[in-house]
Amino acid sequence: MEKFEKLTGIAAPMPLVNIDTDMIIPKVFLKTIKRSGLGVNLFDEMRYDREGNEIPDFVLNKPQYRAAEILVAGDNFGCGSSREHAPWALRDFGIKAVISTSFADIFFNNCFKNGILPIVLPQEQVDLLMADAEKGANARMTVDLENQCITTSDGIEIPFNVDPFRKHCLMNGLDDIGLTFEKKAAIDAFEQKAAQERPWV
Amino acid sequence: MSGKTLYDKIWDAHVAHEAEDGTCLLYIDRHLVHEVTSPQAFEGLRMAGRKVHAPDKTIAVPDHNVPTTLDREKGIENEESRIQVEALDSNARETGIHYYPVNDVRQGIVHIVGPEQGWTLPGMTVVCGDSHTATHGAFGALAHGIGTSEVEHVLATQTLIQQKSKNMKVEITGKLNPGVTAKDITLAVIGKTGTAGGTGYVIEYCGEAIRSLSMEGRMTVCNMAIEGGARAGLIAPDETTFAYVKGRPHAPKGAQWEAALAWWKTLYSDDDAHWDKVITIAAEEIEPVVTWGTSPEDVLPISAKVPAPEDFTGGKVEAAKRALDYMGLKPGTPLNEIKVDAVFIGSCTNGRIEDLREVAKILKGKKVAEGVRVMIVPGSGLVREQAEQEGLAEIFEQAGAEWRLAGCSMCLAMNPDQLAPGERCASTSNRNFEGRQGYKGRTHLMSPAMAAAAAVTGHLTDVRELA
Repeated sequence: MEKFEKLTGIAAPMPLVNIDTDMIIPKVFLKTIKRSGLGVNLFDEMRYDREGNEIPDFVLNKPQYRAAEILVAGDNFGCGSSREHAPWALRDFGIKAVISTSFADIFFNNCFKNGILPIVLPQEQVDLLMADAEKGANARMTVDLENQCITTSDGIEIPFNVDPFRKHCLMNGLDDIGLTFEKKAAIDAFEQKAAQERPWV
Repeated sequence: MSGKTLYDKIWDAHVAHEAEDGTCLLYIDRHLVHEVTSPQAFEGLRMAGRKVHAPDKTIAVPDHNVPTTLDREKGIENEESRIQVEALDSNARETGIHYYPVNDVRQGIVHIVGPEQGWTLPGMTVVCGDSHTATHGAFGALAHGIGTSEVEHVLATQTLIQQKSKNMKVEITGKLNPGVTAKDITLAVIGKTGTAGGTGYVIEYCGEAIRSLSMEGRMTVCNMAIEGGARAGLIAPDETTFAYVKGRPHAPKGAQWEAALAWWKTLYSDDDAHWDKVITIAAEEIEPVVTWGTSPEDVLPISAKVPAPEDFTGGKVEAAKRALDYMGLKPGTPLNEIKVDAVFIGSCTNGRIEDLREVAKILKGKKVAEGVRVMIVPGSGLVREQAEQEGLAEIFEQAGAEWRLAGCSMCLAMNPDQLAPGERCASTSNRNFEGRQGYKGRTHLMSPAMAAAAAVTGHLTDVRELA
């Protein structure tokens, strides 16, 4: 997994609440057996008309946001399905951080597994960042994971919280499975104990 | 020290390792697998030279992409769908996990097959690369959806890296009125809490109305815990649970049954357990409900009218405006005047035998309304068989409904079962998101009985008026 340390980039505003996983990547694109190549279909039904032409009003189709690397989104971003295709599509498009007041649980987990940093902030701060994102391509935001701080285009600093273990994995691009294998003795011991206590499982 | 909740008890029994910061390795008893979220996980294992750690605890069945038409043996027409199902087939055979292929009578929606075969048991941890894994919580199992990276992690290690959630109690007191079902309970709860109300929590459903539900009804309630944002939904196991489980192919037998039963009977929340949030709803106040918008929280009693954006506050005003436009609805329209083009009965929410019996009660001796397409899709091959033995299939066909083979079908429309743009559907499924049942398709969620009533009248209908 690619490391996430510090990112300075364009932030796109998506104030709609409850942006669900079917909006992020509609199910017709779930038929792939690969992880890559989904970026072109990110937000497909909002981004293109039925003939495949871009809908000019959609934020990521606007010239100033086509190279966005950060999303500032409305409440409950990523609700719905467990499909990891949602973060795969975001990452493939180039999105590396998403900021909202809240995220759906499974989507939130899936982001960390794919080098995307989801950041939860109170409403006032999301509003402030949304206003900053509205300024367009010349207003670049910085997300500094090591120091857990977002800096707006005009220098306002907003600190954020992140789980220390997830921060460590993201900053070092660590593979969860490799880390868990280091605890194999504990898993083996658990299995032996469970086989005694609950042999029917 | 306060007592433990059911969630606390199951959690504690499955922690294989706890780090200093509280991050745990949770041991997984059952891993269910379907074709959409697993190919990249198996591929990842292969590329890293890793093996499936516990093939005997891993169960695979194709469901999302399979055709539900009677000519299924002809194969899957869409190439990408076919490749996905073929990939599951070869991955299952290569790794030696339990597997129900498309042509097996036991094939069906993964969340219906698991309980039906006795894979899902009280006190277990159950995961699947599918958000509706919450369904299995009906057995008092800790069950939730995971992403594909986590599918790979569970395949490789039989554990999941987890932080513990908070405890929420949802109590439904008293008795349901006639015509009100498990689906109305679960939708009414989401209507009250919102789709993010459960975020960060595991919900335990309790109270007289929950206790009175069959296992089928309890699965419907827990299935939609995820729609309320919760990691999982749980119902403490009781005699209803034990009676359902007993004798299933993979349920324990003999002395093991007795040992299992003794432990299962300890699986309840202690009286002095700590709850981080409590919600109480009187069953008598729940009416048959439908959704009007594009989020499962957009719930209203069938007697209500389509709301206006001004009825909401904050970001929901804009969302409601967008939803009304998408749904093609005008504020103030009585919900029971909304005409439908299609009716979908099925899914992991409502594709079980009891759901089909409810539908048959309404459709018996009646015809579906002119111009309305009604699709009834059983949750598994065995549900289909039972419905045929009970004479339900005959009632469906005589009423003019299509009686299909088992699969996810029009719940998420990955196979050819889809709405056309602008078509409106009364659906027993779980999500009314934009495009969920087909590009620009319009979904109203409701119970099987309410969907059957809409099939007969051609518009959203209070089922109590038909009886």
